[in-house]
Order: sequence, then C-alpha cells, then structure tokens
Amino acid sequence: MLLIPCPWCGPREEAEFHYGGQAHVAYPDDPSALSDEEWARYLFFRDNPKGRFAERWSHSAGCRRWFNAVRDTATNEIHAVYRVGEARPVTS
Amino acid sequence: MRRENGGRIDRGTTLRFTFDGSEYTGHPGDTLASALLANGVRQVATSVKLGRPRGIVSAGGEEPSAVVQIEAPFPEPMLPATTVELYEGLVASSLPGQGRLATEPDPARYDAVHAHCDVLVVGAGPAGLAAARAAAGTGARVILADERSEPGGSLLGTHETITESEPDDVLGPQEVMPGAEWAAATTALLDGLPEVRVLRRTTVIGYYDDNYVVAVERRTNHLGAAAPADVARERVWRIRAKRVVLATGAHERSIAFAGNDLPGVMLAGSARAYANRYGVLPGERAVVFTANDSAYAAAFDLADAGAEIAAIVDVRPAPGAACAAGARERGIEVLTGHVVTAAQGDGQLSSVLAGRLRPEAEAAVGERELAADLLLVSGGWNPVVHLFSQAGGTLRYDEALGTIVPVACRQAVEAAGAAKGVFTLTGCLADGAEAGHRALEAALGTAVSERYTPPRATTETPTAPGTAFWLVPATDYGAHFVDPQRDVTVADVLRATGAGLRSVEHIKRYTTAGTAHDQGKTSGLLTTAIVAHALGASVGELGSTTFRAPYAPVSFAALAGRDRGSLHDPVRVTALHEWHVANGALFENVGQWKRPWYYPREGEDMEAAVLRECAAARQGVAAMDASTLGKIDVIGPDAAELLDRLYTNLMSSLAVGAIRYGVMCRPDGMVFDDGTVIRLAEDHFLVTTTTGNAAAVLDWMEEWLQTEWPTLRVHCTSVTEQWATVALVGPGSREVLAGLAPDLAVSAADFPFMTWREAEIAGLPARVCRISFSGELAYEINVTSWDGLRLWTAIMDTGLVTPYGTETMHVLRAEKGYPIVGQDTDGTVTPQDLGMAWVVSKKKPDFVGKRSFARADTARADRKQLVGLLPEDPGFLLPEGAHLVAGAELPEPPVPTLGHVTSSYRSAALGRTFALALVSGGQGRAGARLYAPVGGVLVPVTVTSHVLYDPEGARRDG
Ligand SMILES: [Zn+2]
Repeated sequence: MLLIPCPWCGPREEAEFHYGGQAHVAYPDDPSALSDEEWARYLFFRDNPKGRFAERWSHSAGCRRWFNAVRDTATNEIHAVYRVGEARPVTS
Repeated sequence: MRRENGGRIDRGTTLRFTFDGSEYTGHPGDTLASALLANGVRQVATSVKLGRPRGIVSAGGEEPSAVVQIEAPFPEPMLPATTVELYEGLVASSLPGQGRLATEPDPARYDAVHAHCDVLVVGAGPAGLAAARAAAGTGARVILADERSEPGGSLLGTHETITESEPDDVLGPQEVMPGAEWAAATTALLDGLPEVRVLRRTTVIGYYDDNYVVAVERRTNHLGAAAPADVARERVWRIRAKRVVLATGAHERSIAFAGNDLPGVMLAGSARAYANRYGVLPGERAVVFTANDSAYAAAFDLADAGAEIAAIVDVRPAPGAACAAGARERGIEVLTGHVVTAAQGDGQLSSVLAGRLRPEAEAAVGERELAADLLLVSGGWNPVVHLFSQAGGTLRYDEALGTIVPVACRQAVEAAGAAKGVFTLTGCLADGAEAGHRALEAALGTAVSERYTPPRATTETPTAPGTAFWLVPATDYGAHFVDPQRDVTVADVLRATGAGLRSVEHIKRYTTAGTAHDQGKTSGLLTTAIVAHALGASVGELGSTTFRAPYAPVSFAALAGRDRGSLHDPVRVTALHEWHVANGALFENVGQWKRPWYYPREGEDMEAAVLRECAAARQGVAAMDASTLGKIDVIGPDAAELLDRLYTNLMSSLAVGAIRYGVMCRPDGMVFDDGTVIRLAEDHFLVTTTTGNAAAVLDWMEEWLQTEWPTLRVHCTSVTEQWATVALVGPGSREVLAGLAPDLAVSAADFPFMTWREAEIAGLPARVCRISFSGELAYEINVTSWDGLRLWTAIMDTGLVTPYGTETMHVLRAEKGYPIVGQDTDGTVTPQDLGMAWVVSKKKPDFVGKRSFARADTARADRKQLVGLLPEDPGFLLPEGAHLVAGAELPEPPVPTLGHVTSSYRSAALGRTFALALVSGGQGRAGARLYAPVGGVLVPVTVTSHVLYDPEGARRDG
C-alpha cells in the first residue's frame, strides 16, 4: 500500500485515496469544434508509460481534494505531488 | 523416540493428543511434529496425486510434506505439523494433500493493529536479535517479529556457544554461554525497553510499497481449548516502518534422488533441531547424504545423542578438515565422492542405496545397501529472500555459495545474516548488529556514536565451502521428487522442457512445482536447477522466480478481522426503519441501505403482496419510504451554471418553486445518473440521485468543479441523511394530503405537477414535491429525519394508506417505462436509447456528453434501445438477463443475440406479465416477435413501446 503525500494533508495511506487516471487531459474548450477523431482521442486515449507518469488522485476519504502526482509506474515511487492547475514539476 | 534428557520441553507436564484416532502424549514446548516423531509416528500425510506416504521433512514453516488437518478443538485445514504447537486435547489427522474447510462457524475473534516504527526487524535468530539490540535503547521505535514461539532461531536447535566480545551490561564480561541462553537474555532485555516490541508467533507475510509490512500474530492458537474467549485468536499487524532489517535466515534444501519423499528422509539441519531443541531422535540408525559441511554437525549431534550413524555419503572428494576429524573421532564412515541413489522401504525408510558418483556415467549405480530408518539430506542452504523479493529487491545466483542471494532494493530495507548468505554464527551476529545500527541511523536521520558490539561464537557449525549438487543421475526420474507437496518429479520437469518450455516461470505453471501450500520454500531453487540441467544452462542464467505475498498461508478469518457478520459493511437504515421492522417488511439491500422490499400480510407470498400493493397505488393510496434517494445541496451564484453543464437538459431556466427531471451523462454520452432537480432559490438547488449512486454523483460534481471549473462559485453538500422522504401515491393521495395539511391548497391548479410547496403536514414543517415515479397522482413529502417517523405514522393512522416497498415501486415505474439507471442501463446506453431524446437539450452550446451525440456510433440504427416485451403466454415471467434472439429455432452457436431482458414483473394493472429489454434497433421493432431462450425452450415475446401503462399520461393529475 502506497504512502501518498497529499499536498493538503501530508502522507496518508493509499486506502484513503481514489485514482483519477492521467493528469493534464483538459476538457476541450469547444468540443463541437473537434473532429470525431480528436474527440475520440480525448475520450478514449490515455498514455500508459512504464516510468514517470503525471496522474490525478483524489484524497476522497480525507480532505476530498483532487491533486496531481508524478509516480513511477514501474516502482510506484511518487516523485512529486502538486495542486490542480499547477504545471507538472520537473523531476529528474 | 524421545531422548532421556535435553531439549527445550517441559518434561514435568504431559499433554495428551490424538492423531489419526490414536492417543499419544507429548510435552509443552513440543510441536505436533516433534511429538509425533517422539512417539515413532513416521507417516503423517499422503501425497495429493500419487497417494504416496509422506513424513516429516523439516522442523519449521518451510515444511513441504507433513501437512495435517486439525480436527479439535476447532477444525482447521492444511497446517504444517511442524508449526502446530502441541496443546492438551489436540486432535489432528493426516491429509491426502488437501484439507477440509470447517463446516461450523468459527467462534474465535480476530483483530488488527496498525503500527508505525523506526526499525522493523524480521526474524529473531542471531542476526535479528543482534540487529534489534543494535537499534534499540536509543529512543527509536523498534519492532522485532519472529514466527516461532520462542526467539532464538537456529540457536535453539544447535549447541553452539557464544561469548561477549566486550563486557556487557546483560551478560557480564567474557562469559561463555549457550547461544539459546544469550537469545533468552537478549529477548528479556528487549522486552524491558520502552519503545521496543517483541512479537512472538508472528509471521511477516507480505512486504508492500513504502515499507508497508503485514504480519499475522497467532495469539491463542497454541492454547487449544484453554484459549481465553476474550483474546483474539489471531491479529493482523499492518506496520509502516522507516527501515526494515530482514533477518529471515535460510532454508535447507533437498537433493533429487529416487525415493527422496519416503517417510524417514529428513533435512539434516531439521533432524539436528529435533535432537537438540525437542529432545527427539527422529530415527535410530541414520545415513547422511550431503554436499556440504553443515550436515556433519547434524550427524555429530545425533551421534552424541545416541543415534547410530551408518555412514555419511558426501558428494565432494573430501569434507572440511574439522568434519573429517569429527567423523574419525566418532568412528563414522565417510563415503566421499558418493551419492545416495535410492531411499528404499515399504511405507517408510528401511535402507539406503549408495554408490560412487562417476561424472562420465549416465547414471549413478547403487553399490552398497545401508540399513537405516533415517536419511539426513543437505543439498545446501537457501537464504529466505521472499520478503526481499516482494519488496522489489533484485536477486542473484551466487556461484560460490550455490544459492540465490539478495542484491539491492529501492525500498528502505536490507537483509542480514543467513538471509544475505552469511552462514557462520559469528558472521551473522556481526552482520545483524551492523544492519541494525545502519537502520537506526537511517531512520533517525543522524549518526549514532554509541554502538552495540555483538558477541562471537566460541563453537561453530563447520562451513567449508559446499558443492552445489542438485540431482543424482539416473535412467528413470519418476521418483526423484522436486516438489513433494505437488508430487512433481524430475521426470515431470524434463517432460516440460521436452515440450519446449524454457522459462522457469512457465515450467512452474506447467508442472505446478512450487505452487502448493509451502510455495516451494525448499523446492523452488531445486526446480530451477533441474531446468538448468535439462537445458544445459547455468542456474544463474535462468534467474529466480518472483516471490509474492503471502510468505505463509493466512486464514481468511485473520484477514477479515472484525469486519465480518454485521460489521462486514456499514448498514444504513432510514428514520422509519423501526416501523418497517415492526410491520413485517422484508428488506432488500440497495447499496448499504436496507429498504423495505414488500410488506406481506398473513398468508401472502411475495407475488400476492406485490400485486396487492400495486393495486392500492393505482386505485387507492399507497406510501413508500423514499428517504434513501440521494440528496445533494447545490448552492452558490454559479449553481445553475454547474447544473447546466452536468445535466443534458437546461436547469438554469427552472423557476424557483419548480422541479425538473434530469439526466447526467459521462463525456462519452452514456447515461450516468438521473433524478429530479428542485430550485429552492435563485442560487440554491436540491438535486436527487438514485439510491446507489448518491456518493458517485457528489464525487462527479466535485471532480468537475475542482479539476475543470475551479472558478465556478458553488458548493455541493450531501444532505441525504438530513431528510426523511415519503412518497404518497395514488388517485386518493390528494385527499389524504389535504386531510393532513389543511392549510395547503392541493388542487391541480393550485399545486401543479413538478412544483413544490412548503407546508405543515401533520403539524410538521415539510417540503412537498408534486412528482411521480409511478404515473399516478403523487407527492413526495420531505421532513427532517427527526420528524420522519411522526410523519409516516400520521399517514398510516389515516387508515387509508397501504405501505409499499421497492418491488412495487419497480413494477409501477416499469409499467410506465421509467428506466432504473444501473438495471435497465449498463454504461453503454444513451438517453436517446432510452427513448428520452426530449431530455437532451438542443439549445445549450455544450454539456458533458453533448459532443458524443454527434458521433456516428451514437446514431447507429442497430443500437440497443429500451423496449417493452409482452410474453405471448401472459402468465410467463421472463427471467431478467434472458437473451433475445430472432428466430423460432436456434442456429448453430455462436447464436447472435439481439439484446436482453433488463426488468421483468407481473402487473396488476395490465393483468399479465411484462418486461423491459434492451434490443438492437428496438424502437423500430414494435409489434415484432422475438424469442427468449429460457431453460431449453424458445419463449415467444412481442415487442412493444416501453411505456405500457397510461401512455397518454392521463392519470398524473388524479
Ligand atoms: Zn488531503
């Protein structure tokens, strides 16, 4: 079980969190302007890297805030957490 | 056979126990295995596939053979006899490879503890004790967990002695003492320190991310019937440790030769432990078969305890000098360069065949037969790297040691002592102390100058380098067992490699080697070595398999802990619950809620009760507890904007005082939830959700607000529990409401459909909504939860109103074609598929899901759409989930299915059965005949509109 550092609460057990998939996939400004293919890409396509991945988490059984984390999908190490709206920090 | 004296058992106390129907005695300190051996019982199990007799192979949790069933005091299947502590009245029986689950409920309690520590040491052998000692006494929180009844590890099974290198506050200066005494003194010291916890009988079973370690403590299992009822039988420890030292020791491994599974064949170090720790000689005349020096120590201890050692068969050209001298001294014959070619005997060992190992020959030939009832085997020692591997650590095959050793791990963990491949006692003590000190400094984040100096051994088990020897060559490998618990032989492994398998992981799955109860603790590396032999590869090239939790079997009861029975899941009940119970309601689980299902009267079955309740709602007045519907308060200047973006229809145009039905979709356009939206004020809405989806809808709103629309000024709050809601339904409902609320103008003109009023109902402040989930004239009356029971009682006291439950609600709504999200939908259904194109706004520039309605896929003519079905036999009730096909005869499989039944009921109003279904192109199939294969018969049904009752909506206003 991961120990996830909520940017609002500090390190908490993974069981308190909900996973939210890839971060920085913004809802398109004007969906009607997108082609079917572009819309399908927003709906159905997500990255699945082995390595560092920016992803969304919600501290659903805690402060109930959404935030982003950079996690290594191969080792489960969390290299950074940051608030919604902030840019992905550079992690080496 | 029990020795005259010696052993860590209480000879003054006798324990009676029963095995396979025979009565025996043993002593406190015995395991079931040691007590059976003391009583001369050799066969304790039968193998799972081949039915071969099996005996006791080891003295610990690695046991690959002696798995027994405990019958009393509480039945428990598949326990290694080597780990069952003996107690008075124990009843056990041998197993044919598989256990039997208890048929009665487990009366014991189980519990869980969450703990945090600076340093966790796993294993209380010499390395673990030294590590804990080095980390303790500095204020750091230390946990030492050991799976046995008594700390000390290997020290309990040998006669090794130690001396403190420096004057010690516990032991005094330069005192020589047996290792077991040092272990006891060190444990006592640790027990006395604040911030140190020694967990006995505690097996660490899993090592997870971020140093999360799970252990199971067996608290009362060893007490049998004397276990106090108020103490949890087992306790799961969930430990977060800053640093972990794995001092988990090593398991001895066997060698593959013919008959190596016969009762009487035992690992050498385990036989030594029986002699020394339990005062038991597992045989009278023993042969020793080894590829290393450690088995000589076992031979000498057994010889000194009175056993006859017929010969030591050593694969190597020569043993270490100390071993050769020890054998000479005791007059033991050593056959160097020899192997055991077969263990022989009828049901148990009676003789051993030995022969010279000739590298040029295809097979080793037995040249000498040695009478023996015990064969000690040592193929070498495998560090217990399971937890290190679970932690994500890498492993490597060490050619010099002939075994797998840990390399590196990204987690804050290190192995120490034998678990790392250090096999001398002095080395383990020193290595443990160093690891403990390193862990302490790392956990505290600071250097600690005070340092514990561990003792050193004055006597040592000899350790001249061994030879990695795995397989006695033969022409027939059918009885060379690799994994006795799965009955896997060398022949099976060769069959796998012969079939072209190359990966050890694949061969494990193909042969099942290493997948039994013991998870291949003694056989895993042997399997790899046999594969390497067959492929002409080196063991190191093949690598080791990945170890996975649990390290040892865990009972489900322990994992469940207190979370079973009524505590398994929270139970939610409404403010009216006690009335429902008192009035005979049967309940249905909806999420965590208990909802009244129906209220049978004397002599009524479910069908009769539901038909009666339905008739009351359609012809008279009926009431239902609707309090479980999710309710979310949405408040703020941008509340209307938020709802416009989330619902498919327009909500901002809703007038204060009015109500609108709405549907929410996911961005892919599929229905996610539905319910009503009540506008309480310009900036204040109350949203209702389906009972099971209330939390998900609130999460959904929060997710969009926080991640996409953080500038919207709106707050969402769950208020489900704050309200009690009663649905008052039927043509007579207006009259009942008027009676209870004399000040409320209830006429259709004064109180129109889809509006709400504040009123005093039965003297209680209430909000009344004119909405209907049945098509009848209906009201939903909301009062605070505190007033719920009074409102309901007042309604029932009119004597005019029939209570109804969820089953009747379902029939009434289905007659009207109202879908239930999650029952009539499954995440692949659009509002248009449900015949609700009207709920999808054409005006709004965007809402969640809108863009998807322009995708070609959501316009496909063959989409599954909601329809009604009338079975041609009006008495036939279609099973929900039944498939629908086109023809009166089934074609050859695969049969194309047109859809399936989602809801099916008997209707009082229609006087017949009916169903709802999702059918491909269903909206264009009205009047068509389809068939539902049910129980081998094709049941003909006619497709209709999904609205079967009052399609004109004439009944809405009463
Ligand atoms: Zn938080």
